[in-house]
Amino acid sequence: MKRNWALTPYLIWMIIFIVVPLALVVYYGITVNTDSGVAFSLSNFKRFAEPIYLRVLWRSIKLAIISTIICLIIGYPVAMILAGNSFKHKNVMVMLLVVPMWMNFLLRTYAWLTLLEKNGIINSILGKFGLPMLNILYTESAVILGMVYNFLPFMILPIYSVMSKMDYSLIEAAEDLGANSLIVFRRVIFPLSLPGVVSGITMVFMPAVTTFVISRLLGGGQFTLIGNLIEQQFLYVGDWNFGSTMSLIMMVIILISMLFMNKADGPERSGGLW
Amino acid sequence: MVRRFINKFYVLLVFLFLYAPIFVLMVYSFNDSRSRGNWEGFTLRWYVELFSDRQIMSALYYTIIIGVLSAVISTIIGTAAAIGLDRLGGFRRELVMNITYLPVLNPDIVTGIALMILFVFARLQLGFITLLLSHITFNIPYVMLSVLPKLKQLDKNLYEAALDLGATPGYAFKTVILPEIMPGVITGALLAFTLSIDDFVISFFTTGSGVSNLSIAIYSMARRGINPRINALSTLMFLIVLALLIIVNIRMSKENNGKGEKNYASKKQVFASASSSDRVSSSRLYELEQQ
Amino acid sequence: MDESVIKMFEKEYGVRVVYDTFSTNEDMYTKIKSGGSNYDVAFPSDYMIKRMIDEDMLEKINLDNIPNYKYIDQRFKNLEHDPNNEYSIPYMWGTVGILYNTTMVDEPVDSWEILWNPKYSKEILMMDSQRDSIGIALKLLGYSLNSTNPAELEEAKTKLIEQKPLVLAYVVDEAKDKMVAGEAALALVWSGDAVYGMLENPDLAYAIPNEGTNLWFDGAVIPKSTQNKELAEAFINFLNEPEIARLNAEYTGYSIPHVEARKLLPPEIVNNQAAYPEEHELDNVEVFVHIGDMLKEYDRIWTEIKVH
Repeated sequence: MKRNWALTPYLIWMIIFIVVPLALVVYYGITVNTDSGVAFSLSNFKRFAEPIYLRVLWRSIKLAIISTIICLIIGYPVAMILAGNSFKHKNVMVMLLVVPMWMNFLLRTYAWLTLLEKNGIINSILGKFGLPMLNILYTESAVILGMVYNFLPFMILPIYSVMSKMDYSLIEAAEDLGANSLIVFRRVIFPLSLPGVVSGITMVFMPAVTTFVISRLLGGGQFTLIGNLIEQQFLYVGDWNFGSTMSLIMMVIILISMLFMNKADGPERSGGLW
Repeated sequence: MVRRFINKFYVLLVFLFLYAPIFVLMVYSFNDSRSRGNWEGFTLRWYVELFSDRQIMSALYYTIIIGVLSAVISTIIGTAAAIGLDRLGGFRRELVMNITYLPVLNPDIVTGIALMILFVFARLQLGFITLLLSHITFNIPYVMLSVLPKLKQLDKNLYEAALDLGATPGYAFKTVILPEIMPGVITGALLAFTLSIDDFVISFFTTGSGVSNLSIAIYSMARRGINPRINALSTLMFLIVLALLIIVNIRMSKENNGKGEKNYASKKQVFASASSSDRVSSSRLYELEQQ
Repeated sequence: MDESVIKMFEKEYGVRVVYDTFSTNEDMYTKIKSGGSNYDVAFPSDYMIKRMIDEDMLEKINLDNIPNYKYIDQRFKNLEHDPNNEYSIPYMWGTVGILYNTTMVDEPVDSWEILWNPKYSKEILMMDSQRDSIGIALKLLGYSLNSTNPAELEEAKTKLIEQKPLVLAYVVDEAKDKMVAGEAALALVWSGDAVYGMLENPDLAYAIPNEGTNLWFDGAVIPKSTQNKELAEAFINFLNEPEIARLNAEYTGYSIPHVEARKLLPPEIVNNQAAYPEEHELDNVEVFVHIGDMLKEYDRIWTEIKVH
C-alpha cells in the first residue's frame, strides 16, 4: 500500500508533464491545419527535406562537430595533466575548472560579445600594441568559439574522472616491460580513458547541436541553427506544426548520436586492454 | 622537469582562456564609459544602476522564489517517488525510470516547447505558475537520481525490523529511512535549486507576461547590445558563486575527515557543480559516479 | 516607453503595470495569438493592427473614455488600417531609413543602393524584421513594399542574398547602440532609434532614400484577452496627457501624433528631421498593408535569406 502512496503523486506528475507534452509534440509534428480542421500529414517532414532546411541541419551538425573536436583536442591533455602528478592540489585545480561553469551560461556568452566587438576590449588591447584587428564577431568562428568556451569543461571533467581512477600499476607495468611513453599512451592510457572521452563528446555535442542562444548572440542572426529555426517557429512565425516536426527530428538525432556513443563506449568497457 | 613545466604552462593557458573573459567583465564593470574599448576612470555607477533597474530586480526576485519553491516541491515529490520506485521491480520500474530519464536526455529546447504547448493547450496563463510547474518538472528526475543510490545502499531489513518491533510505518520511515537517505535528499535539493536558478531555455518558452528570471533578463538585455549593468551583475554573481563554493568545500572537507572520504567528497562536488550548468552532463557524470 | 511614465500611472491608479517589449510586430502578434498571455494594452503597427482586427483579436475602444483623443492630430486619425479609430488610438509614428556614421560614409546617402555598396562590406547592419528588410529591397527595385507578386518577391530575395556577404549582422534592438559605439557605418533603422542614436553620437545622421520608404503608425489597442477594459482605456488616456506624451516622446525618440505634447518638446527633437521629416521627404512613402496569406511567402523568403 505504502509504496503506491509514495509513488502516485509522481506518476500523475510524470504523465501530465512528461508524457502528455511529448505526445502533443508528436501530435503537432505529424499533423497540419487545413481549412477543414486538423489532418494527419507528413508534409512538414517533406518540407524539412527542402534544401534550405537541410542546409541549416547540416550547419548545426557541422558546427557542433567542429566544436566537439576542438574541445577534445584542448581538453584531453588538460584532463591528463590534471589526473597526473603535475599539481599538488588536484582538488583545488578541479574546483577552479568548475567555477566558471557556475556562472550563468548567458553571462559567459555575453562576455565574448563585449570582448569581440570591433571597438571591443580585445581590439583595443591589440591596437595598443599596434597589432592587426581581430574581426570575428558575427562570423562562424565566433559561434564556434562560444561553443568551445561554454562546453570545454564538459569535455575535461569526464575524462579527468576516468583517468584519475585509472590503475597506475598498469602504466608502470607497461613501462617496466620496455614500452616507450607513446606506446604506453596508445596501448594503455588512451583505451582506458575512452569511456570518459565518449561521455565528453556526448556532453559537448548535444548542447552544441541544440543551442540557439550562442548563434543568436555571437552569430548576428546570420548563422541560423536548427535551434533557432525551432525557436522562430514557436515565437515568431507561430507554426507549431512545423516547429514540432523539427523538434521530433532533433530528438531523433540526439537519440541516434547517443546510441552511437553507447556503442562506441560498450565494447571498450568489456574488451578493455586485452 | 621541463615536461612538468610545459604541462603546468598548458593548463595555465587553458585556465586563462576560461577565466579571462570573466575577469575582463569584472574589471570593466568599474569602467566609467558606456563603450567598452577604453578605460575612462573608476566608477560604481553601474552597480547603483543595477540595483535600481526594475527589470533586473524583479527577475532576481522571481529567480529566487522559483528556485526555492521548485527545489522544495521537487525534493518532496522526487524523494517520495524514489522510495516508491525502490520497492517496485521489473518492467514497471524500467518503464518509469525510462520516462524519468526523458527530460534529462531531451534537449532543453524540446522540453521547453513541449511544456509550452501543454500549457497553452490547457489554457493556462503563461507566467509564474507555468514557470514553477516547468521547473519542478525538470528538477524531479535529478532529485530521484540523487536519492535512489542512497536507497540502494540502505539495509531493507532495518525498516522491516522497526515495523516488527511495533513502529508505525511513518515513525519507522522518519527514524530509520530518512536519516540514511538524507545526504542524497540534500544533494538533490541543492542540485534542484542550482538547476532552477541557472535555467534559461525551458524558462524562456514557458514564462509569460511580466515574469522573467535572471537568465531571461540577461538574454533580453544582451540582445539589445552591450550594457555595463550586465558587467556589474556578472561580477556580483561570480563573487557569490565563489563564496558559496568555498563555503561548501570547507564544510565538506570538515565533514569527511577520512582520507578516502575526502576524495569522494570533492568528486561528488564536481558532479554537483558540473550539472548546474548542464543537465545532460549531470546525468552522464552521475553514471560515471555509479560505475 | 519611459519607465517613469509607468510608475506615475501605477501611483495614480494603485495598480502594478507589467511592461514587456518585443523586437518586432510579429513577435508580439505570436505571443498574443498563441494565448497564454493577458495583456491589456498593446502597441502594434498599422498593418498588424489591421491583421488583428481581421482576426478578431481586438476589443472596440470606447472613445468616451479617452477624452485626450482630442489632442491627436487630424492627419493621424481615421487611417486606412482602422478607418474610424474603433480599435486603435494613434500612439507614435515614424519612417524606416538609414542611420549612418558621417565619419565613415563620405558620399551622400540618398539611395538604398548604398546598403549594397561593397565599399562598406561588413559595415552594414540590416534589420532582422522581414517586412522592413524585404520592403526596402522591393523599394530599391522600384516595386511596392506591399508587393505580393511572386516574381517581384523573388527578385527582392535575390537582391538580399546578394547583399548578405556585406552585412555585418541582422539585428533589431542592438542596431542603435552599435551605431553609437561606431561598430558599423550604416544601419537600417526605425526613425526613433535614429533620433536616439543621433542624440548620443553627433557623428550619426539619418536619411530617407529617394526611392521612398515605409511610413508607419503605431497605435494603442486592447487585445480581447484583457481582464479590465476600463483600466486599459484609462492607461491609453493617461499616455495621451500632454505632459506624459512629451516625456515618452523624449525618452523613445519616436515622433508623436499628439498636437499639444509636440509643442512641449525641446527643439533638438522637434527640429530633428529624422523625427519630423519635411513633407517632400515623404513623397514616395508607403504604409504597410496586411498581406494576408502572402505572409507565409515572406516567412519563407526571409528564412531562405538568413539561411543562405
